[in-house]
Amino acid sequence: MSSTTDAAISGSAGEPVPAVAGVAAAPGPIERERPAALSSGPVAWARANLFSGWLSTAVTLALGYVLIRFAVSFIDWAFINAVWSVPANAQGQLDPTACRAAKGAGACWAMIGDKWRFILFGRFPYDEQWRPAIVIGLFLALYAISANKRFWRKELILIWVAVLTVIGVLMWGGVAGLSYVPQDSWGGLPITLILSTFGLAFAFPLAVLVALGRRSTALPAVKALCVLYVELIRGVPLITVLFMASVMFPLFMPDGFNPDKLLRAQVAVILFAGAYLAEVIRGGLQALPKGQAEAADALGLSYWKKTGFIVLPQALRLVIPPLVNTFIGFFKDTSLVLIIGIFDLLTAGKVAITEPIWQAYSTELYVFLALIYFSFCFVMARYSRGLEQEYSRAIKR
Amino acid sequence: MSQTLQQRPAQSNQTPAIVLDKVNKWYGAMHVLRDISLTIGHREKVVVCGPSGSGKSTMIRCINRLESHQEGRIVVDGTELTDDLRALDTIRADVGMVFQSFNLFPHLTILENCTLAPIWVRKMPKAEAEEVAMSFLRRVKIPEQAHKYPGQLSGGQQQRVAIARALCMKPKIMLFDEPTSALDPEMIKEVLDTMIGLAQDGMTMVCVTHEMGFARQVADRVVFMDRGEIVEQGEPNALFENPQTERLQLFLSQILRGH
Repeated sequence: MSSTTDAAISGSAGEPVPAVAGVAAAPGPIERERPAALSSGPVAWARANLFSGWLSTAVTLALGYVLIRFAVSFIDWAFINAVWSVPANAQGQLDPTACRAAKGAGACWAMIGDKWRFILFGRFPYDEQWRPAIVIGLFLALYAISANKRFWRKELILIWVAVLTVIGVLMWGGVAGLSYVPQDSWGGLPITLILSTFGLAFAFPLAVLVALGRRSTALPAVKALCVLYVELIRGVPLITVLFMASVMFPLFMPDGFNPDKLLRAQVAVILFAGAYLAEVIRGGLQALPKGQAEAADALGLSYWKKTGFIVLPQALRLVIPPLVNTFIGFFKDTSLVLIIGIFDLLTAGKVAITEPIWQAYSTELYVFLALIYFSFCFVMARYSRGLEQEYSRAIKR
Repeated sequence: MSQTLQQRPAQSNQTPAIVLDKVNKWYGAMHVLRDISLTIGHREKVVVCGPSGSGKSTMIRCINRLESHQEGRIVVDGTELTDDLRALDTIRADVGMVFQSFNLFPHLTILENCTLAPIWVRKMPKAEAEEVAMSFLRRVKIPEQAHKYPGQLSGGQQQRVAIARALCMKPKIMLFDEPTSALDPEMIKEVLDTMIGLAQDGMTMVCVTHEMGFARQVADRVVFMDRGEIVEQGEPNALFENPQTERLQLFLSQILRGH
């Protein structure tokens, strides 16, 4: 939409165009229809984009060959030659002979078929695994509701609190007839979702405050603190922060005060994500024209009203792409908790293939895990693109 | 416009609307306002002119403390401007401001632009605020644009919305900071007409502008600034016909050559 020229607007708006002498009476410019595109359709498109010269034709053919070769061998491996299940022997143990025979030529999806519950739910008691399954469903429902603009009101916070409480009850149990499951036994996808959802849900407001604090001129102490926090956290790798949270933090705490490992990792993720998000948001605050804050000031809006109604809504819209970039990055980075022994999706998968009969099939595992990570990240990316387009439609500047 | 001229400024027994008393301001080492003293009465219309960099915008921005001054006193409607934020917000609510670059909020509709501050600062019920907003939008002659976004309007329309937005707060004083400088020539008139209407209703106005025709028609007093100080001031016709200082003569000759 680029029809924001003054003439187009005052013409279409039903607003009398300020009279310019002579123009109204003079004959208008001669209307001509826009010439039709010379040719269209897939053939014309291919000719223009793929075969426009001898060089581009050569590149197209070479890349096409490589792509088709790769696709064909992948389809062979993943579908045609794949082993989907293996027979069990009399003791109920699976016999991977078929997989061994197909090794190198076909995928052994039988491994996923055997191990998918361990990969998704970790060491959660087998008979209770419906609980983390519901938790995954609840998370997905929560994302779906939060993504819908119709639900963007105060009640959404209550929904979040309620759903997250239910998730806690389902995971821990110990009430309402549910057996207690210690946090050490949690694992798989729920851990990944918990770490990233709680992580970003708490890191985001923290980041907004830090970004505002860092730009504060009235409170130099707050500003210094925010700068210190951001620079300190950004200056070390996430792995280091996780190690500090899991190993060093308990050393400094008094006896008896020992929050569990997941909580410590969670706090580490929140602090880390907060610092990065704060810088992204600060970028948006800086990109906002100074006149916006001045106009809000001139109307007598207080600092928080100005920030809440004028500054943040615009600044955050400006930074949707880098914001989602950071979100996606952190969703994947939660897999680093592997190094402090928390059973997230990736860790659970790696443990699943330590079983002797499946040891040779890590490729299948990683393809499966990649699919899960990809679906989450892809949905996030698509959603952010939708948001961007919607906002750019609303604000034609 | 004889009725405009009949309106006399400031009754002497009232507190003035705005008092600047030996105001000084520096940007770093640069002395941008030098001993500015100016008293503006209620219902008075003052036009401030001067070459660019003369400090006229800075001075008007000091009146609602978008800029802070370092020396001297500024008293607006009986309240001195200090670092007291709450008093400052009260003053700002009573002092409307119109900017050169409109500064409408692009993510809000025209109507929301106009109702935001009345609802959240004046605590006006939403329905009432919308009614007030529509009446002012009618007054600036763009009620049919109420549900559009600022980016869909022309510059002249945006500036008229900016005026309506300021008026929705029922301000006692209106400040205009070069309201027509960013407009295409054919849109200047529609904005000036709105301002003339406002002046005829008796609004206290301080207006930084180079529109000399507007100054002659509306202003009770023209203040000429140069290099951070007030060089000359007086009734517009007298000032323009008979400039006392070389600086004003030079400025007027440059302005007139441009027109």
